[in-house]
Amino acid sequence: MSKRLISGADQVLENVLENVLIFLTSRRDRNAVSLVCKSWCRAEAHTRSDLFIGNCYAVAPRRVTDRFKRLRSVYLKGKPRFADFSLMPADWGAHFTPWVYVMAGAYRALEKISLKRMLVTDDDLAVIAKSFKGFKELVLVCCEGFGARGLGVIATECRNLRVLELNEDEVLEDEFDWISCFPSDCTTSLESLCFDCLESPVNFEALEKLVARSPLLKKLRLNRHVSIQQLYRLTSLAPQLTDLGTGAFGLQDIIDPQQPAYQEPDHGHTFAACKSIVCLSGFRDLAHEYLPAIFPICANLTSLNLSYAHVDAQQLKSVIRHCHKLRIFWTLDSICDEGLQAVANACTDLRELRVFPTDPSENAEGPVSETGLLAVSLGCRKLQSILYFCQQMTNAAVIAMSNNCPDLEVFRLCIIGRYRPDWVTGQPMDEGFGAIVKNCKKLTRLAVSGLLTDRAFSYIGQYGKLVRTLSVAFAADGDTGLKYVLEGCTNLQKLEIRDSPFGDSGLQSGLHHFYNMRFVWLSSCRVTKQGCLEVARRLPKLVVEVFRRDEEDGGERGDFVNTLYMYRSLDGPRADAPQFVKIL
Amino acid sequence: MMHLKETELCLGLGLPGSCEQTDTALKATGKRGFSETVDLMLNLQTKDQSSSVDMNDKKLQSSTKNNKDLTKPPAKAQVVGWPPVRNYRKNVMAQKSNTEETEKAVAGGGSAASFVKVSMDGAPYLRKVDLKLYESYQQLSDALAKMFSSFTMGNYGSQGMIDFMNESKLMDLLNSSEYVPSYEDKDGDWMLVGDVPWQMFVDSCKRLRIMKGSDAIGLAPRAMEKCKNRS
Repeated sequence: MSKRLISGADQVLENVLENVLIFLTSRRDRNAVSLVCKSWCRAEAHTRSDLFIGNCYAVAPRRVTDRFKRLRSVYLKGKPRFADFSLMPADWGAHFTPWVYVMAGAYRALEKISLKRMLVTDDDLAVIAKSFKGFKELVLVCCEGFGARGLGVIATECRNLRVLELNEDEVLEDEFDWISCFPSDCTTSLESLCFDCLESPVNFEALEKLVARSPLLKKLRLNRHVSIQQLYRLTSLAPQLTDLGTGAFGLQDIIDPQQPAYQEPDHGHTFAACKSIVCLSGFRDLAHEYLPAIFPICANLTSLNLSYAHVDAQQLKSVIRHCHKLRIFWTLDSICDEGLQAVANACTDLRELRVFPTDPSENAEGPVSETGLLAVSLGCRKLQSILYFCQQMTNAAVIAMSNNCPDLEVFRLCIIGRYRPDWVTGQPMDEGFGAIVKNCKKLTRLAVSGLLTDRAFSYIGQYGKLVRTLSVAFAADGDTGLKYVLEGCTNLQKLEIRDSPFGDSGLQSGLHHFYNMRFVWLSSCRVTKQGCLEVARRLPKLVVEVFRRDEEDGGERGDFVNTLYMYRSLDGPRADAPQFVKIL
Repeated sequence: MMHLKETELCLGLGLPGSCEQTDTALKATGKRGFSETVDLMLNLQTKDQSSSVDMNDKKLQSSTKNNKDLTKPPAKAQVVGWPPVRNYRKNVMAQKSNTEETEKAVAGGGSAASFVKVSMDGAPYLRKVDLKLYESYQQLSDALAKMFSSFTMGNYGSQGMIDFMNESKLMDLLNSSEYVPSYEDKDGDWMLVGDVPWQMFVDSCKRLRIMKGSDAIGLAPRAMEKCKNRS
C-alpha cells in the first residue's frame, strides 16, 4: 500500500473512526468496514485485534503483518476437513513455521494463537514461547507434528499462560514430563488446561501440585491415563471447575507406597465438591459401576460428552433423566433408539446432538435408526445442530425433523451404507434432504448421504440460499447435480465432494462463484486434468491443486483427476507444495 | 500410519477385535510350549467356547458376520475415509474395543468377571484384568503387553508363553533381564504363569505380578516340578 500523506482533517476523522471501530468485534462487520474506502480500511486495520484466516494459503504471512499492525489474537486454519479422514497425503502442507517466524517479528503483543489442522513443530512452539512475552492462550485443534517437549517450553516460558488446550491433536509420544515444566514457585494464571487427546501418561504428582496452585482453573480435561481415584483427588483441589474432562473414569489403581493396604475412595463423593460443573466429558475407559457418581451434577449440566464410552440404553437413562438443562449432547449409538427417546424426553432444551457409530462398518447392526431421529425431533424442538450416523433412514423421519425443528442450522446425516435408499419406500433420500433445505430457513451447513439423485441437488440449489458448507459423498446421477448447487447456493463457501459422478461441465458452472469461496474439494469424481486446467486458466487468482492420496506423481487416476483442491489466494501458488502436488 | 491401517483392516471384517481373537485362538492351539497340555487344552477350549457362546451371543454373531463379510463382493470392502469418522476417534475406539466391548458382553451374560490385580515391577500403577475375557495364555499375554506397553516387556510377548519342557531355555529366560509373569495361586504360592492348563489357571489365580526374569528364578524349580508330575 502506498504511503500517502493525508491532511490534518482527514487524520482527525481517521482517529475518530478508530475510536469507534475498537468496539466492532464481528469479523464480517469489520470486513465490510474495510471495503468502504482507503481511510476506513486503514482505520480498521489499526484497530483489528483478532484475526481469522480460514485458509492459511489464501494469503502470505507478510501481507498480514503489513496490513494489521496490532494483533492480539490469530486464528489460522490449514488443511481442509477431509484430511481428517485420511483423504489427504501426509506431507501436503499447512506448516505453521513460516507464520510463527513472521509474526514473531511483527507482533510483540500477541497473546493468543489458535490453530486448526496445521502442522506445528516443537520449534514453532519454542518460538511462540520466546517471542511473545505476554502470551496467554494456545489452542491447537486437530494439529500434529509437535510433542510434549514443545509443550514443556510453553509451560516454562509463558508465565502469563491462561489457556492451553489440545483438542484431538496427534501429539508425538516423546514421554517428556511437560507438566513439571510449569513454574512451581507461585500460583499460575491457568484458567484452562486440556490434554485429553494425549496418549502418554502425565506426571500425576506434578499435575496435582499444578492444580493446587491454579486457583483460577475453570476448565480441566484429563487424558485416559488419569484414573478415577486420581480424578477424585483433583476435583477435591479444584471445586471451582466448570468444565471437566474426567479422564478414564475407570479401573486404574495406583500403587501408593505409603499405603500398603489400598482402599478405594468413596466415588459417590467425587463430584460432591464441584457444584459448578456445567460441561462434562471424558469417560475414556469407563467403568460403568461408577457412572452414578455423576448423578449429583447432572441437573446443572449444559454439555455432556459420552461419545468415548459404550453406554447402553439403560445406563444412559439413569443419567439423562436428570439432565434437564442439557444443551449439547455427544454420544455413541450404543444408547440405541431407546436411549435417544430418553434424551428426547428429558432434554427439551437440547441445541446440539451428535451420535457417533460404535461400529463404523457398512454392514453392522445399526442400533439407531429413523425411530431415534424422529423421537429427537419431537422432543427437542429447539435443536440447532445435529450429526447423526446410522445404517438406515427414511424420508419420513427426515421430513418430520425438518418440520419439528425449524431452528436447525447444521444438518449432517451420515447413512453409513453407501447408496442406501429409504428402506421403507425404496425411494432415494431426495425428498428428506429437500425438506430440510426448504423448511429449515436458517440452515448454513449440510451433509448428505444415502441414495441421492439430481433431484436432491436441485432442491439444495433452489432452497439452500444460506448454505455455506456442503458435504457430499457417493451421490447423484451426473453433472447436473453439481450445476444446481454451484448456480443456486449463492452463499456457498466450502464445498467438499467425494466419489460422485461430477465432471468438467459441472465444474465450469461454478466459475462465477469460485472467487467467493474458501475452497472446493473434489476427490474420486469425474473431473479431468483438462477441465481443471480450464478453470485455472479462467481464474488466475485461484490456486488449483491436483494430487493423489497415495502420493503418486501427476495426480491422475486414469482419465480423471484423483483429488482436486482449489482455493483463492492473494499471493499466488504456495512455495512449499510437495512434489506430488501439481499446481495448475 | 501403520497402526491406522491395521485398525482399518479389522473394522472391515466385522466387530473390532473379533478378527484379532480368531488369529490368537489359532496361535494358541499351535503353541509348542504346551505339547503335553495341548490335548488337554483343546478339550478345555471347546468346553470354554461352548460356554462362552452361551454367555457371549454377541461375539458369536460377530464371528458369523465375519464369515459373511469375507464372502461379500469387493465393492463392499472397506472404503478409505468412509464413514467420515475422524482418524483420532477411530484410533481411540479401536484401542478400547478389546477390553470394553467384551467386558460389556460378559457383564450382560451374567457370568461373574474374574478381576485380578496386575502389577509390574517398576511401573507406577497397577492394572486390573478380567481373566474371563481371555481364552488362552496368548490372549492374556497380548493384553498385558498392550497394558504395559509404555514399559518394555522384552521378547516375552513375541515368544509367547514359557516352554516349561525345555529346561535350559527356561533357565536362559530367567537369567535374562526379560520380564516374566508370575501369579499368586489359591494357596498363596507364587508360581510362574503357564504351568497349568488355562482354565485351571483362571480358577486359581488371585493376582498377577510381572517381574524381571532374574527375580523369578526361585519360582522356576516348582513350576518345572509340577510339569514333570503331570507327564
